[in-house]
Amino acid sequence: MRSQTPETAEDAAALLRACAADGIGVRIAGAGTKPWGSPGVECGLELRTVALDDVVEHNVGDFTAVVQPGVSLRELDELFAGSGQMLALDAPYGDGDGATLGGAVATGDSGPLRHRYGAARDLVLGITVALSDGSLARAGGKVIKNVAGYDLAKLYSGSFGTLGLITEIAVRLHPRPPATATATGRTDEPAILQRAAIALSSSSPEAQALDVRWEAQSGCILARFAGIAAVAQATAAERVLAQLGVDAAATEDDGELWAHQRAAQRSADGGAVVRVSGRPTRLAEACVAAQIAGATLVGRAALGLWWIGLPAAAPGELVTAIARLRKVLAPSPCVVLDAPAPVRAHLDPWDHVEDPGVVLMRRVKQRFDPTRTCNPGIYVGGI
Amino acid sequence: MPELAENIPPTATAALGPALLERLRAICGSEHVLTESIQLRTYESDGLLQYRVTPGAVVLPGSAGEVRDVVRACSDAGVAWVARGAGSGLSGGALPVAEGVLIAVTRMRRVLEVDLDNGRIVVEPGVTNTEVSLAVAPTHFYPPDPSSQIVCSIGGNVAENSGGAHCFKYGFTTNYVTGLDVVLADGQVVELGGRELDMPGYDLLGAFVGSEGTLGICTRITLRVVPVPETVKTMVAFFTGTGQAGETVSEIVSGGVVPGAIEMMDNLTIQAAEQAVGAGFPTDAGAALIVELDGSLAECDACFDDVVAICERNGATSIRIAEDDVERALIWRTRKAAFAAMGRLAPNYYVQDGVIPRTKLPEVLARIAALSEEYGMRVANVFHAGDGNLHPLVLYDGEEQAERAEELAGMIVKACVDAGGSITGEHGVGVDKKHYMPSMFDEPDLAAFQHLRCAFDPRGLANPGKVMPTPRLCGEVPGPYRVHPLERDGIAERF
Repeated sequence: MRSQTPETAEDAAALLRACAADGIGVRIAGAGTKPWGSPGVECGLELRTVALDDVVEHNVGDFTAVVQPGVSLRELDELFAGSGQMLALDAPYGDGDGATLGGAVATGDSGPLRHRYGAARDLVLGITVALSDGSLARAGGKVIKNVAGYDLAKLYSGSFGTLGLITEIAVRLHPRPPATATATGRTDEPAILQRAAIALSSSSPEAQALDVRWEAQSGCILARFAGIAAVAQATAAERVLAQLGVDAAATEDDGELWAHQRAAQRSADGGAVVRVSGRPTRLAEACVAAQIAGATLVGRAALGLWWIGLPAAAPGELVTAIARLRKVLAPSPCVVLDAPAPVRAHLDPWDHVEDPGVVLMRRVKQRFDPTRTCNPGIYVGGI
Repeated sequence: MPELAENIPPTATAALGPALLERLRAICGSEHVLTESIQLRTYESDGLLQYRVTPGAVVLPGSAGEVRDVVRACSDAGVAWVARGAGSGLSGGALPVAEGVLIAVTRMRRVLEVDLDNGRIVVEPGVTNTEVSLAVAPTHFYPPDPSSQIVCSIGGNVAENSGGAHCFKYGFTTNYVTGLDVVLADGQVVELGGRELDMPGYDLLGAFVGSEGTLGICTRITLRVVPVPETVKTMVAFFTGTGQAGETVSEIVSGGVVPGAIEMMDNLTIQAAEQAVGAGFPTDAGAALIVELDGSLAECDACFDDVVAICERNGATSIRIAEDDVERALIWRTRKAAFAAMGRLAPNYYVQDGVIPRTKLPEVLARIAALSEEYGMRVANVFHAGDGNLHPLVLYDGEEQAERAEELAGMIVKACVDAGGSITGEHGVGVDKKHYMPSMFDEPDLAAFQHLRCAFDPRGLANPGKVMPTPRLCGEVPGPYRVHPLERDGIAERF
């Protein structure tokens, strides 16, 4: 497979058009930290976004920025920190130079900050995309409130590059809090963990992040507070947790705790990560399922999103373990993210149901990329 | 300015005939199919009264199944239809199609399920915005709060991606809808999203919310609700001019405080709202800034003093802090009365809805003032100041000034786009703003919008003539050539 790293959006669009005309499939990649999805159709060209690496605008007073897709999340974090701001998209960076903004948006990846600030879809204000007909189309804008035209920014968030290449992203930024503190509650009982997670989700103090973890037969709930009163809030949450029958504590030195949560969303070599779209009222079931599989679970307590990390094993064993998780947690979709290629080839990573919604998705694909040029075959339902 | 049926571009759809009417009556019951002209008049406009079109019939389905059957019947007959909630929209999004069917969901008002442990509520589309919050009270609430929340329907909120005063902190309708049952224009029912997040596949839910009824009609809506904040602190500060108030907003926000709401009213708006509500706002103040902080008690207490200090530093002439819920409600009633109260200042007004990057506020306000002078018409300003959403109200007197008022309102939108903003922040494009779309979007952008529209509704039966600046038909998707229905019927040539 040839590889190209276009330096302008126009070049990228021209490449897509040329490939579409020649019937060549294009595999789109950022830093290449997330080889997710189905193996797909063999492609003739790999298009890498790493040379589309400009921060086009940082409008400090407006808390917005316009960024090309190849800029890494790490670089953006450092840049915005300089103005006391942040892009509240703390998806794990992965290996090497780390995940790009374009990759994180295209895969809909997210981290603990999603609790307070939403997912990539909620932070992206506007988008420019290169379509396989060679056109560059823009939707949304760069203001935080805007309802003009269809919200294609949401359509492209999580579309895995199957509708075209994202060439520019306008994002909303948030103030970077001056301080954080975290309350934790530990228990060995999945049911108690679930009860504590729901109680904290429904109580008033506004956590910046509210996570759960289950590992080695032991669970933990983590509530992070941010702002000038962070310590007072964490202390209050600690009291609430103590009353819920968990082993409660609070700390200001919480960086490691959260780094650990983010890291557990990715697998060690040879392992697999399954993302479960669940409900908070099924957390205990998910913890038990993870424990039986010898896996680690991390996730968002109030959102019902969990990442179950299976330890390295032979592909056949991973396939069996994933099938068992899916059976126990059905109908909650269990999407396979990280996994050795043979595993992703052997099962449907998307765990999708063939319903009218998938038929509609195919119609969307057909309209935006009728030549099936962009990332063919890697997505839900063979898209 | 009144734009009558003949000025709305025709669409390539069939007219409502007796056979379809009979079918609609069989589906919904004849008492729920309105055809008398006196009945139809009620539905000829939505909240934007400048436009009027009489529909062929109005149907009032009582269930999701009836909506599906009505849409299917329209599809079979090739007749266009428009979905309508409470009819309080301000962009003509629910303006009927002549000879078409108007589907009003006002009878579908059931709260289907409340699931607070999972932070969800499931409702029918005719439930009002306020009823959603009431159904999850007192522990939870539903944050998007358009000023019309007492009457506006959740179905309409989904179609318009409605905002409100608390969006700056909490987000918009699109950030709270997690699942929808949608009837597509061909009568097919699809479930988009669900109670869970990150369902596999395209975020068609995100594309549907705010699509202004052009992609289908939703019959069941799952919403995320959130715990009520531990405390709410509301204040209103008065300034001699909007410049100082704007500077105060910038300073509050850039200092890292994210208020639950931050709203600005100018002198004309204060006068009108004060006449209507009598809250005791000084009518000689140049600007009023309502700031509401909510969240944890510790955080709010700490930030509130900062906010008061910032107001004082920027020359606030007086500051009023709500001492209780009654006073808080009074402040909000004054703000939310702003539109309706304009009738006290002038016989007619035209509400504009533009967005600018917040830092451009001083220059855009200066531009609006200059335009106001140039046109010899008063413009009252009320804004969601945190997110730069302006609602200038152009005041005028009688039909003869209407055209000039609309022209002035158009110049204001242009000023917003020139400043890097948007033609609409929350009212939608509808029919009213579709001719402004090219000022914000180029041809390839509009073509991409059309791709989405054609994937959902290739025959253009759902709310035709809205959003897109010019009527366009969907091309065939590549593949073996099939005769397009319009072509088969002799309505269109091969395109």
